Amino acid sequence: MELEFTTRTTFDKVGTRPPRPDGTDKVTGRALYGADLAGAGMLVGKVLRSPHAHARILAIDTSRASALPGVKAVVTRDDFPGIGPDGKVKGEVEENVWDVARNVMARDKALYEGHAVAAVAATSTAVARQALKLIDVTWQVLPHVTDVDEAMKPGAPLVHEDMITAGMDPAPEEPSNIAEYTRIEMGDIEAGFAAADVIVEQTFRTEAAHQGYIEPHACVASTSEDGVAELWCCTQGHFSVRDMCANILGMDLANLRVTSSEIGGGFGGKTTVFLEPVALLLSRKSGRPVKMTMSRDEVFRASGPTSSTSITARIGATRDGRITACDASFRYQGGAFPGSPVSYGAVCGMAPYDCPNVVLDCYDVVVNRPKAAAYRAPGAPMASFAIESLLDEIAGKLDIDPVELRLRNAVKEGSSSVYGPTFGAIGFVECLEAARDHPSLEAAPGANRARGIAAGFWPNYGGQTSVTVNVNNDGTVLVSLGTPDIGGSRASMCLMAAEELQIPYERVKAIIADTSALGHNDTTGGSRVTHSAGLATIEASRRVIDTMKQRAAALWDIDVEAVVWDQGCVRPSGANAGDHEPLTFEAIAAMAPSTGGPIAGHAEINAEGAGASFAVHVCDLEVDPETGRVTVLNYLAVQDAGKAIHPDYVEGQYQGGVAQGIGWALNEEYIYGSDGVLQNPGFLDYRIPVASDLPMIDTVIVEVPNPGHPYGVRGVGETPIVPPLAAVANAVSRAIDRRMTETPMSPPRILAAIDGSP
Amino acid sequence: MIDVRLGATLRSMAGGRQSFPVEAGTVGQVLERLQGAYPELSAVLDRGVAVSIDGRIYRDSLLQRVPDGAEVYLMPRVAGG
Repeated sequence: MELEFTTRTTFDKVGTRPPRPDGTDKVTGRALYGADLAGAGMLVGKVLRSPHAHARILAIDTSRASALPGVKAVVTRDDFPGIGPDGKVKGEVEENVWDVARNVMARDKALYEGHAVAAVAATSTAVARQALKLIDVTWQVLPHVTDVDEAMKPGAPLVHEDMITAGMDPAPEEPSNIAEYTRIEMGDIEAGFAAADVIVEQTFRTEAAHQGYIEPHACVASTSEDGVAELWCCTQGHFSVRDMCANILGMDLANLRVTSSEIGGGFGGKTTVFLEPVALLLSRKSGRPVKMTMSRDEVFRASGPTSSTSITARIGATRDGRITACDASFRYQGGAFPGSPVSYGAVCGMAPYDCPNVVLDCYDVVVNRPKAAAYRAPGAPMASFAIESLLDEIAGKLDIDPVELRLRNAVKEGSSSVYGPTFGAIGFVECLEAARDHPSLEAAPGANRARGIAAGFWPNYGGQTSVTVNVNNDGTVLVSLGTPDIGGSRASMCLMAAEELQIPYERVKAIIADTSALGHNDTTGGSRVTHSAGLATIEASRRVIDTMKQRAAALWDIDVEAVVWDQGCVRPSGANAGDHEPLTFEAIAAMAPSTGGPIAGHAEINAEGAGASFAVHVCDLEVDPETGRVTVLNYLAVQDAGKAIHPDYVEGQYQGGVAQGIGWALNEEYIYGSDGVLQNPGFLDYRIPVASDLPMIDTVIVEVPNPGHPYGVRGVGETPIVPPLAAVANAVSRAIDRRMTETPMSPPRILAAIDGSP
Repeated sequence: MIDVRLGATLRSMAGGRQSFPVEAGTVGQVLERLQGAYPELSAVLDRGVAVSIDGRIYRDSLLQRVPDGAEVYLMPRVAGG
């Protein structure tokens, strides 16, 4: 559906900073998260997980567990329908359902340490835990591989014995751990490097990072005897949860109603299912509601972190700083199943730059680790780490200011993107200029201190969205959304509805409705909600206005074309329309029961026109040469938001992405032992930054309107995590005069770089 | 006539050819006629694509009009975190 609009530039309410509507419940502890829900007769569900990184499951004997008093159900692979790789998919499922199903419960093999192999539902946590100990699994332990480069070598242990690399011509005859190969190519790469005056090349590695959401996965499932089920869970997309669970369990979509709870962080990690199908199955088998919650240990071992990567990149440039060529090999592991975000990550790395000659070879690799999930701008931060680091090297070799180097190569409206299409209105140059001109860049960093600059890109998207705007008889308005609010979207939707309806923000409330109340909504992710749900909210509000104009015209017995909507009132359009007192929004709402019934507006759309997003980050830091400790002194995040609906939330997205990116750059990593077992599955040993680790993160909101949205909105949630790895690395590298090529840049790695040791 | 081009990440799946002309008025017609005329695109089309028209990306819009002479690219479907 193509909505007709022109992009507005002046606003009454949009762009203000009212208090968040969900704030009081959250700070008083009243808000209900996934684990806060309870039902009468509810059981506790627990999962038995593989202690081995790779093992064939020869047998599972649950008889002793089932006989334990208090155990009401036990499920294993035998309880799941055999949908198979070619199973018919119902609903709007983006992921490979067969892979998701095998990730939820292991079938012939456990593919990583922590892979679910059985689950129980019991009357208490203690009984459930005891029951897990009584499940006897006969294992055949197999060789394993957790490193992406090791997994690609001939002779590496095969995660899937039948996996033939897709995308190679001719297709390989032998299986390997390379799930897919993609080449991205444009121009003449040899000519490009021949035209270069300076060429830099380096290999980079990034370790897997977890999204670090504070709330663990949790759900409550209740299945009735007739097969109809309800599910409450913390998720970024309850419609997708419904569709995936229904596919995995062979249910009709109409037989499963999913309600999303408040969410304590997701960042992409809650866009798939882990516990939910298991809880539904346990409930179906026991006939009782079942609650399941992951421990923090389980979150690390068995949910979806990002890929670890290995990247070799080469960039050439002329002596005046024009990039002439880039070739690179991107190797991303996606855990035990295909689907790492390697190819999109690769194009995001080069997307900010107008480079005519590019070859990017992308390898999607499987290893014995948990299946990778999305994490803000999936795949892009790692690619940008490599590309932006090499650009910093070029800037140093050519003695060109790093911002100026990027300005000389920046894409702008009319530039061809590295992924194909021509860019429309974008704000990368404006972001670079805002960073260059920011007062914080005037001060020189000082001894052992340095400044790092990096840019980032994410394309954004829209997607399917359904919104209802209900007008109450007292003139208040309720907006029903189907996109879980993970970043302040309820407040933003209220602002946009209030702007359209020309009523006070305080008169509009928003809720997240369940899957039975609205048409399909794609998952909250990919920075799509403020754009797409905003578009739908605006459209639904305009339908409310249309109805109000019709009611007023009917009351005045004049044509609807003879009335106008102005300042929250219906008025006659002119003297010829008659002498009628304006009818306010509240007055028409109050008359609704006697003038035709309730007034509501709906919009069910496939939102298109998402605008691409660019960011520029500047990091000042100090390295202690004795300990290798890094202290981030100042950080500036500049990004194009198109139009900031609620600037507090936009700044919060910028700051949150930076905080997570700094953690990824300096401290966070999945550490595996030689046995393939995760060594640090807890926040004590997997250290995310806390407030005292970070400076106040300064922000600049650039606003180059997106012509694909009536208010000019661009998604802002993904892009802020793209530049920090490189911005920090460029600053550390300048501070110690050594190029840092691996994350995390922990004190031992920095000391090793200073000492010149490998 | 619409000159459909493959986005960079899809080109290696179609034998390296980049341009696929079709007569079509909507995104749905573009995809249907590509499927019929170019067997080498079946791997690309079967995995699901988005369509960029003059720089604006359409993810699921079979009814979207495609102006004659528009810049049209097939793209992988973007998601995100």
